[in-house]
Amino acid sequence: MSKFSLGKYLLPTYTILAFVFLMIPIAYTFIFSFNDPFKNTTGWQGFTFKNWTGVCNNIDVCLAFGNSLLIATIATIVSTILGTMLAIAVTRYEFKFRSATNLLLFLPLATPEVVMGAGLAAQFLNVGIPKGIGTVIVAHILFTLSFVVVTVKARIATLDPKLEEAGRDLYAPPVQVFAKITLPLLLPGIMAAALLAFALSFDDYIITAFNSGTEVTFPKYVFAAAVRGIPPEANVIGSAVFIFAIALVLVFQISGAMRSKALAKKN
Amino acid sequence: MATEFVARGADLELVGIRKEFPGFVAIENLDLKIPAGEFFALLGPSGCGKTTTLRLVAGLDSPTKGKILIGNKDVTTDKPHERPVNTVFQNYALFPHMSVLDNVAFGIKQRKVSDPMPKALEALKLVELEHLAQRRPAQLSGGQQQRVALARALVNRPSLLLLDEPLGALDLKLRRQMQVELKAIQMEVGLTFLHVTHDQEEAMDMADTVAVMNKGRIEQMGAPETLYERPKTIFVSKFLGQSNLFVGDVAESNSDSVSINVAGNKITVPTKRAEKTTGKIAIGVRPEKATFHEDQAPTSAAGLNIIGPGEIIDIRFTGVSNQYLIEIPQIGKVTVFAQNVGKSPVTELGAKVWVSWKVEHSFGLSDLPAENGEGK
Repeated sequence: MSKFSLGKYLLPTYTILAFVFLMIPIAYTFIFSFNDPFKNTTGWQGFTFKNWTGVCNNIDVCLAFGNSLLIATIATIVSTILGTMLAIAVTRYEFKFRSATNLLLFLPLATPEVVMGAGLAAQFLNVGIPKGIGTVIVAHILFTLSFVVVTVKARIATLDPKLEEAGRDLYAPPVQVFAKITLPLLLPGIMAAALLAFALSFDDYIITAFNSGTEVTFPKYVFAAAVRGIPPEANVIGSAVFIFAIALVLVFQISGAMRSKALAKKN
Repeated sequence: MATEFVARGADLELVGIRKEFPGFVAIENLDLKIPAGEFFALLGPSGCGKTTTLRLVAGLDSPTKGKILIGNKDVTTDKPHERPVNTVFQNYALFPHMSVLDNVAFGIKQRKVSDPMPKALEALKLVELEHLAQRRPAQLSGGQQQRVALARALVNRPSLLLLDEPLGALDLKLRRQMQVELKAIQMEVGLTFLHVTHDQEEAMDMADTVAVMNKGRIEQMGAPETLYERPKTIFVSKFLGQSNLFVGDVAESNSDSVSINVAGNKITVPTKRAEKTTGKIAIGVRPEKATFHEDQAPTSAAGLNIIGPGEIIDIRFTGVSNQYLIEIPQIGKVTVFAQNVGKSPVTELGAKVWVSWKVEHSFGLSDLPAENGEGK
């Protein structure tokens, strides 16, 4: 007994428990995507692939999912482009009100979503724009923009301005310097920002609820359906998105590991 | 991109350059002419304006006033990519996302030169790194990165190659080795090199002409030997090697020599080696030109400056020489280097000595040391 070490057992136990706690909702969603919705959706009724093969039999789920994909894609593209340009502008150029611009860019991160959602809704009402997919996209561009700027700025901070000067010195006009040097070096940061923007947009509920009118997005659908019990099709989509994200991470990790292995071999 | 790039170096001329930054003046008024094919060094302490000068020539900054001419063509308003100039940056600035070969090929690809890859490989061969062409810069050692940066600039055959402290990040041994290589490459390719450094040994070792820069102006310019043997200002005499300086009023002055009186000691400089011959002047001598004598003063003779007696207060052994610090009452501290040839008598701390040197080794300066400055 003298060799008993608390840390030896406590830490793994604690870690496993934490993982279980984190994974239960995901596992639940995954398992219940195979539930046969015979009578109701809350209890386990029996195993089936029906939900996966006929996911769009429940047309509402698929429409909502399609809306969310559309909104997130457009919002991500626009806010990534705008945000990258903004990030470069505020870190690389001196101009009047630069620090004020920095502060204003940071503000949406600190603003409660309810406030921003309600504020936007009031503005759309004021100028008489009917609520719909369009207003949701505008709202999502607005709130993801700050995240993009912050993420890309962090990457720019690590970029040595001497590299761009070297490009200019080596006969590259400004557009070429940007395309061949600045952009490739910022790309990991820009990609991270885009993924973040997409994820934030895709699962946003509060701001969307204020500004979407009668249009239904995936989070909105799930939120409404949860009152009665989530339809298995929603579980299918949730699981699929999760698996897709995990697969993406795995592909990146494995390709990265293989590349460094190949490099090590060359040496 | 129709600019013709010459294969040989071109003259560089700076006319009345002034550069102001918010709050300070980096370069006051700079005139400089570097002939084609020359290895020219700009030497000075950090903050003297030498890197700013380089950036102005590269086009990375623009001058507040003045003109820049390369090969008699005014390039003052040209953008960096329009100038026939390439830079080897201080920390190399190699593109981390490209292979070594792509780094080297970058400039010639931009200029749409035919067969860029064979030419880039040729440049890598010049710096003996063709076997590492496919590596990323991060996988190379500092010395190798330095050579890639050099190849990346040289492959463009610029009229003018700018080197911004290119050896600063290397350790001493590698630095000395790269000095030799750099000089050899310059001779081989025949380009005009403008080398910026704060290392006086590096500047003297490699350059045909050295310009010593201080506070935004050029203090003195000339061949390394001339600058060392005949510095004209206090700054140059101290920045380029060490100097013993003596200040006094001129006591005698004729066409041959000028003498000053320093606390009863007469110190003489040949008139042709003196910048000033009246009033209060400073005369200097290099520590290795001076010797000291124990026990008794050497017999005074024409052509010999003798001061003392003083006391040895510090002895430093540096390998090739012993450095003695001698305190002479009312004159101050004098440094004497004695070459370590194995036969010199071991002199002890506290020994009473006289210091002497040949008059022809003295140099007279145009300015005086700052008030609080001692003789060293």
